[in-house]
Amino acid sequence: MEKLLEILAIIKPGVDFTKSSSIVDDGILDSMDIARLVGEIGDEFDVEIEVTDLVPENFNSIDAIMKMIERLEDED
Amino acid sequence: MKNILECFEATTARFPDKVGFTDVNRRSTFLETMRRARKIASALLGYGTKKPVAVLIDKTCNCIDAMFGALYAGDFYIVVDVHSPKDRIENILSTLHDTIIITDKDSLELANNVKNNQPVVLYENAINFDIYEEQLLNIRKHMIDMDTAYILFTSGSTGKPKGTVISHRSLISYVNWVTDEFKFDETTSFGSQTPLYFSMSVTDLYSTLKCGCCYNIIPKQYFSFPINLVKYMNEYKINTIYWVPTAISILSNWKVFDVIKPEYLKTVLFAGEVMPTKQLNYWINTLDNNITFANLFGPTETTDICTFYIVDRKFADDDSLPIGKHCDNCNVFIVKEDGTEAKDGEEGELFVRSTFMADGYYNNPEKTLEAFVQNPLNKSYPERVYKTGDIVKYNDKGELIYISRKDFQIKRSGYRIELGEIEAGANSVEGIKNCACIYDKQEDLLVLIYEGKIKKTETVMAGVIKKVPSYMYPDKVLRIKEMPQNANGKIDRKYLLQNYKNF
Repeated sequence: MEKLLEILAIIKPGVDFTKSSSIVDDGILDSMDIARLVGEIGDEFDVEIEVTDLVPENFNSIDAIMKMIERLEDED
Repeated sequence: MKNILECFEATTARFPDKVGFTDVNRRSTFLETMRRARKIASALLGYGTKKPVAVLIDKTCNCIDAMFGALYAGDFYIVVDVHSPKDRIENILSTLHDTIIITDKDSLELANNVKNNQPVVLYENAINFDIYEEQLLNIRKHMIDMDTAYILFTSGSTGKPKGTVISHRSLISYVNWVTDEFKFDETTSFGSQTPLYFSMSVTDLYSTLKCGCCYNIIPKQYFSFPINLVKYMNEYKINTIYWVPTAISILSNWKVFDVIKPEYLKTVLFAGEVMPTKQLNYWINTLDNNITFANLFGPTETTDICTFYIVDRKFADDDSLPIGKHCDNCNVFIVKEDGTEAKDGEEGELFVRSTFMADGYYNNPEKTLEAFVQNPLNKSYPERVYKTGDIVKYNDKGELIYISRKDFQIKRSGYRIELGEIEAGANSVEGIKNCACIYDKQEDLLVLIYEGKIKKTETVMAGVIKKVPSYMYPDKVLRIKEMPQNANGKIDRKYLLQNYKNF
């Protein structure tokens, strides 16, 4: 989780992501930010994000993103 | 036809209750759009005609109402990117000088922040105005087809944005070509990707006006969630798209069609930057055989496009697509450095001769004179042509091939280097999603920057070496996690050049 928060702090500094459950729906991360986040997650956690993982529900909260990463780590 | 609004009126008479424009919150029929446009025009009447109207509204149906409203008032509009930096907006407003701002509640704060004595008309108030029929009719009576319809600001390689002035006549002439060529009609349903302050948006928006199509504004967010994007396309029965290649490539890079396919798609057009063939081939190979794919080419200064190529054969992943041939009512020719016409596949600069041509740059006579010049091949009478700054040639099939921008041509140890050729080579390497080659003039460095799962830059270099001659080998290969995009959704090369040292 810390690693994820670090990534997010680089992409969008100064935002408290832990409080939001609508990161995408509220536009806190725009389309460029999400593309960057996906790239960073793939690299930093060494997981293969599939297109089917790319849905707003998986990115709306820190918990949702972590859940997706853990699931992908298990699949490896 | 003298005024593009005649298209709008004919279409509205044919399909008053057909939905012509949609965004996530609104579906607007042609009649409703016209009603609102005429109310907005009535609200603008007090400020005089033939004035620039800066539209500070996000990409919505409301923005479209305001654009047409300005046309009904006999004015010309300038759509301003409400997400761009305050400085840039102020820069545009100062270039326009004597302008009226129209904005909505969402962008009112921004408008108040950037304005400098200009009157501000609020959309929500304007659509409640009474329509002044007589005055609107009178304005139209005095208009000619050479009157300005809109101004589009392009970034301009140095400093100040340039405002390209497009007349009703150019717009009418261009839209005639594009709608005839691709046979748009009332069954055409566009999925619009490009911003309304970008020349490509003219094609789907004004084709809709002329043929009674449906113009669907795709929310930007969908391009981050490609499966939802295809679901959206299916829900809105999108059958025609005209996107920048970077947007088209998103779907290829995620192999989205292995999961879900666009069910209604018939026409796929692209322009604005070079389409990487590998990513195009994914579309061609996984989607229906009957889909038409076409590569459109042209600058804002020819309304949108001057040449086009309908894909009619297979291309290998490392081949480049031609830019094809001239559009109807648009003539192109190639001029060599010595001022004579290029022949038999010789390279030279592309010139355009057409009513598609802009009238020049707003409040910028110097730049206008540099780009809109006397036809170098005509010594007999005044004939203005547009100098594109693009280097092209004809291939042995008689198709135009794009080589590079004139300003980007690089010579090293006597060799001509084409950045596009290096990119085409790199793009064909398996695992590369996106790439850009830039040239740092000061350091004399060729830098290849790529996005993709290959972590070892040596692997990419090894792939490039197989495709290009040794004098074109990049000096540096850098990997980035996400290719930066500019506001139009194209690769942001300026950003890359300024920042590559920090990657």
